[in-house]
Amino acid sequence: MTTRKFFSSPWRALGFFLLLLVTMIWLLPFLTALLTSVRTNNDILTQGFIAIPKEWTLGNFRTAWERGGLSNYLPNSFYITIPALMGTLLLSSLSAYALARFRFAGNRLIFFLYVGGTMLPFQVLMLPVFRLTDALGLYDTHLGIILFHTAFQLGFCTFLLRNYMRTVPGEILEAARIDGCGEFRIWWQIMMPLTLPAVAALATLEFTWIFNDYLWSIVLLRTDALKPVTAGLATLQGQWIMDWTVIVAGALLATVPTIIVFIFLQRYFIEGLTLGASK
Amino acid sequence: MLAKKKIVPYLFLIIPLVLYLIWVIGPMGYTFYLSLTKWDGLSKPELIQSNPFRNYERLFRDPVFFTSLKNNLKWILSFITIPVVLGLGLAIALNRSIPWAKFFKASFYSPLVLSLVVCGLIWSWMYHPAGGLINSVLRRITGNPELSIGWLSDEKLVMWSIIIVAIWRQAGYVMVLYLAGLQGVDPQLLDASKVDGCNGWNTFRHVILPLLAPVTVIVVVISIIDSLRAFDLVSVMTRGGPFNSSSVLANFMYIEAFNNYKMGYAAAISVILFAISAVFIFIYLWNIMKDEMEY
Repeated sequence: MTTRKFFSSPWRALGFFLLLLVTMIWLLPFLTALLTSVRTNNDILTQGFIAIPKEWTLGNFRTAWERGGLSNYLPNSFYITIPALMGTLLLSSLSAYALARFRFAGNRLIFFLYVGGTMLPFQVLMLPVFRLTDALGLYDTHLGIILFHTAFQLGFCTFLLRNYMRTVPGEILEAARIDGCGEFRIWWQIMMPLTLPAVAALATLEFTWIFNDYLWSIVLLRTDALKPVTAGLATLQGQWIMDWTVIVAGALLATVPTIIVFIFLQRYFIEGLTLGASK
Repeated sequence: MLAKKKIVPYLFLIIPLVLYLIWVIGPMGYTFYLSLTKWDGLSKPELIQSNPFRNYERLFRDPVFFTSLKNNLKWILSFITIPVVLGLGLAIALNRSIPWAKFFKASFYSPLVLSLVVCGLIWSWMYHPAGGLINSVLRRITGNPELSIGWLSDEKLVMWSIIIVAIWRQAGYVMVLYLAGLQGVDPQLLDASKVDGCNGWNTFRHVILPLLAPVTVIVVVISIIDSLRAFDLVSVMTRGGPFNSSSVLANFMYIEAFNNYKMGYAAAISVILFAISAVFIFIYLWNIMKDEMEY
């Protein structure tokens, strides 16, 4: 329908502007954050929030980045997220292949263990995982938190990939088998390329999830120099308690990586979300 | 050859499954044991010999526990209604050719990519009594320059103020799920109902809604589980205060464990959290199992 034709009905036009209004309200927090981050604290204090700023500044971003420690926290987020993401995708594609393509004792039980674990409020695991990590000497290390993320995300990834792998026609695999292809080669050279769309969607979603994790980074890490950006922001908030312009600028900086992922991989992100819920 | 073939799936499974059992399934069981112990997080957990259930007895006399429980319930009730209705409404509105549909969709699900910590911080600033956007706007509207509502410091308001943030983030997610569900609705069915003289509301009520029922089940279960997981927003915005009025189970548990070093007690809280969620996990698994058996 062309735009002109759409607006020919007054009801449709009314609905459209109602929708536009709701959308604007929805975007208000983003606009507020952007506006706050380029003002000075002083300006907001003296003029109030609703005013035309007398001075603009990018200083808040600099303060958050340098003195607020974002230059340290943000790389940490990547050091944790990337290995955990690779680990969980690789391992879950292994277990998903076994569950999707073989009949064996315990197949269904293992599948339900994975699915059930995914739904768990993960706080239930907080204390035992804290103790386990500590006992392994991995408390307050990146490896400790990477291992946990890798293991915990296995549930969701296996569930999703297993369902996807089931849709691959069996004849392709059978043909390879007859040609004398080993199972590991079938998995890596035939199944994995065919599963790539699902892996892409999953990777996008998992990146956001692991990157945005807060609980495990405050439970398994203590040293400030090791913290990812979510936990770092909480520290920042404590340090700059009155200086909201710096806090908000920091929050915006922390969001840049996920926003980039969102802009470029939006389609995969949405696919991942719906794949996960529609079974 | 046959024996070799039998072992293949286990070879694929061994590493991921062992990792999963050690880090997820094992700990789940270990929590139950911890809940019967006295443990400060540094020394070894010690089983309470005199009365293994002491942590639970104390829990059921702790008013903070009941406040947290009530707050989780408020969260659940808001979550299975407001974002679901909003998300469904948006999905229906955007599932047709309207100008700027892409922009609208992206606007509603964009909060999903923000971490809850970032959401919490930005909204804390919007709620700020003096400089925040919300009170500033209200002051303009009411013309009362003295107006200063403590969105996060008033015991009666604080929980709802936090839940609104969660709803803001959740509605787009629900919308995405319903939009995917609507893709599966056969347009011919809608035409047929129109031919049969159904008006918009009746088509929605008697055709679309029943077809979306499976999506609704998933949405409701996910919303409940998400409500029970609620932690980040509370931790960042109020830490459960003032006077525990915005405490939720996960946050209550974290504070008992890592601020008060009563880890045995915290484990008892997590067992309760587990018991509540187990009901819904079971419903979800049951749902999947029904489909599985049809294979």
